Amino acid sequence: MNSKIKKLIPQLLTLAFVALIFGFFSYNAQLNMENRGITFGYGFLSQESSFDVQFSLIEYDGSHTYFRAYLVGLLNTILVSVIGIIIATILGVLIGIARLSPNFLINNFAAFYVEFFRNIPLLLQIFFWYFAALRALPLPENAEAIFGVSYLTIKGFYVPAFIWENFDIFFYSIVAAIISIIVIRIYAKKLRDTEGKQLPVFYISIGLLIILPLISFLFGGVNLSFQIPQLKQLALTSFIYEGGVSIPPELIALTLALSLYTATFIAECVRAGIQGVSKGQKEAAASIGLTPNQVLKLVIMPQALRIIIPPTTNQYLNLTKNSSLAAAIAYPDLVLVFAGTALMQTGRAIEIVSITMLTYLSLSVSISIFMNWYNKKIAIKEK
Amino acid sequence: MFKLIKQLTSLVAVFAVLIGFTTESMAAKKSKTLKNTQKQGFVKCGVSQGLPGFSNADAAGNWTGVDVDVCRAVAAAVLGDASKVKFTPLSAKERFTALTSGEIDVLSRNTTWTLSRDADIGLTFVGVNFYDGQGFMVRKNSGISSVNDFKNGISACTNIGTTTELNMRDFFNSRGISYEPVAFEKADEVVAAYDAGRCDTYTTDKSGLAAQRTKMSNPDDHIVLPETISKEPLGPVVRQGDAVWEDIVRWSLNTMIEAEEYGVNSANADMMKTSENPAIKRIVGSEGEMGTALGLDNDWSLRIIKQVGNYGESYKRNIADTGILPDRGPNEIWTKGGLLYTPPAR
Repeated sequence: MNSKIKKLIPQLLTLAFVALIFGFFSYNAQLNMENRGITFGYGFLSQESSFDVQFSLIEYDGSHTYFRAYLVGLLNTILVSVIGIIIATILGVLIGIARLSPNFLINNFAAFYVEFFRNIPLLLQIFFWYFAALRALPLPENAEAIFGVSYLTIKGFYVPAFIWENFDIFFYSIVAAIISIIVIRIYAKKLRDTEGKQLPVFYISIGLLIILPLISFLFGGVNLSFQIPQLKQLALTSFIYEGGVSIPPELIALTLALSLYTATFIAECVRAGIQGVSKGQKEAAASIGLTPNQVLKLVIMPQALRIIIPPTTNQYLNLTKNSSLAAAIAYPDLVLVFAGTALMQTGRAIEIVSITMLTYLSLSVSISIFMNWYNKKIAIKEK
Repeated sequence: MFKLIKQLTSLVAVFAVLIGFTTESMAAKKSKTLKNTQKQGFVKCGVSQGLPGFSNADAAGNWTGVDVDVCRAVAAAVLGDASKVKFTPLSAKERFTALTSGEIDVLSRNTTWTLSRDADIGLTFVGVNFYDGQGFMVRKNSGISSVNDFKNGISACTNIGTTTELNMRDFFNSRGISYEPVAFEKADEVVAAYDAGRCDTYTTDKSGLAAQRTKMSNPDDHIVLPETISKEPLGPVVRQGDAVWEDIVRWSLNTMIEAEEYGVNSANADMMKTSENPAIKRIVGSEGEMGTALGLDNDWSLRIIKQVGNYGESYKRNIADTGILPDRGPNEIWTKGGLLYTPPAR
């Protein structure tokens, strides 16, 4: 027998085995559902959902379809994940660097923070932030104004709504600023490579980002006004604010819990990354006359990032998946809206759970692909 | 090889035992659920995660409530002992899957009977053991005394996975009031959030409101508004496709109601065997062959009444005496002006 075929047989057998098991379970599921008079199908997605959702990024109410309810949940999951990832990253980097600080107080505070937050179960932390916030925050009528325009209350964080005129012109001015920054960076790199001159790219970039939108305000007819939330009485002891934008306390508590928790792990990744760069690198960089800032930016960070990125990717994935704990505190994420209410109202457990699983899988894979691309970009290019 | 033979023989033995069990009555032969229940020696019953008066476990793990009593009645009828029930606490979200997958055989968990549930997802409702309706709870000092006082922007706490979410939308929409639904997965969190002041009102079935009010930090600060915005007939549910089991659960519930109608209770059930009234004699099994038709013996109904009591006793013990809803309202026997009306047991 040919050795190629010999190698192929176990693989084929494994494949057949997996297919058999999968087939066995799906056949059983089909049979059981048939026996119990349950029909299978995704047609329900186009039916009217007839339930409302507290908080939605797109226009939605019960007269829309189940599919739109799914989108509402998905967008809310993405929203809390993106905000959570940004805050966790900033906080994680700060804490990670703080743990390496020679200052006793900063160093120990960071160590305490990491040990404290990563050793308490996340669900408990979510409950803590939610119910602690609910107990600690004032009722709307007792809330003190923040900068005279915002109110942090038990029913939500009310901030002024932005009312734009000619928003598109403002938007284009920002796009123009970003494009010119990219052009300038390319030009600056060329200048450095050919003539050895350094342009203050950072200050130029900031300047562009301020000046171009400013011009759009002065000459482009762009105008921005604010609608400040106003207290409104609903009943003798019941008040809300109207007119502004309301950020629900559920979103605040969930973001807070997710980012504080995940930041501890990211901080450890950052610390490991920086400590993983050998001391000699820093000394060598200093000895050729680089400033401490340049040492960090040009020598330490590029090497540290290679160590930091892969485990941090895991933390991003964890944060995204952990956001499904939102259901416990009524934040209308994918699990609460779709795998919760929609599942109950339609009774289509297999269909909805399969869609939800696929969705989380796709979300995670997208983050993975992006982080792998970034990891490859910063990896050592062997010449 | 030897091992294989050994395994085969044990397999054959298991089948032989299984076949042996099927040589019981015709009904038992037809009902897989009845057969399995008799074999394992307990009724698998799905209940709530804690709703006083309906299904609630005390510190020692003893379940009480009118929903619990339905399962106890089934156990008394089928196994002869009302205590032979295995209770599985389920969230609103899990309940139907648990039933259709066979984890439980009776779902007695304040579940509203609706067309789509009955027809669409492989379930069969066997009757109504509590006539309920959705209502609203508000803080007393809010000055709200009726749903007409609700204004735009009101926030309402509730549970997900119930008919409540749908009724709430219908109600607020039909009145043109904009509202903020805050929906939690578990009832305890709903109560905690409402109690903390997150919401202006808490909405669910009125019996649930009355029961949960007892859990508030200060129950007297809250009132349930008089209006009822929906019909919520709550009742036990079984899987579709086992007609015998369905009949057993249905008539276990009916027996409790019928017993109250005819004044048969746990104290006088034995004496009623010699009653003059043939209807009463049928209830306690001293006339007719009611049990055989269900695949049970003729004392099944007597055991239910003696061990669990009639519907009125169950209601008094679980809902009236605990102060949840002292007034029976629609959950009174039809002869006394209520809605409880069962087909005759004959």
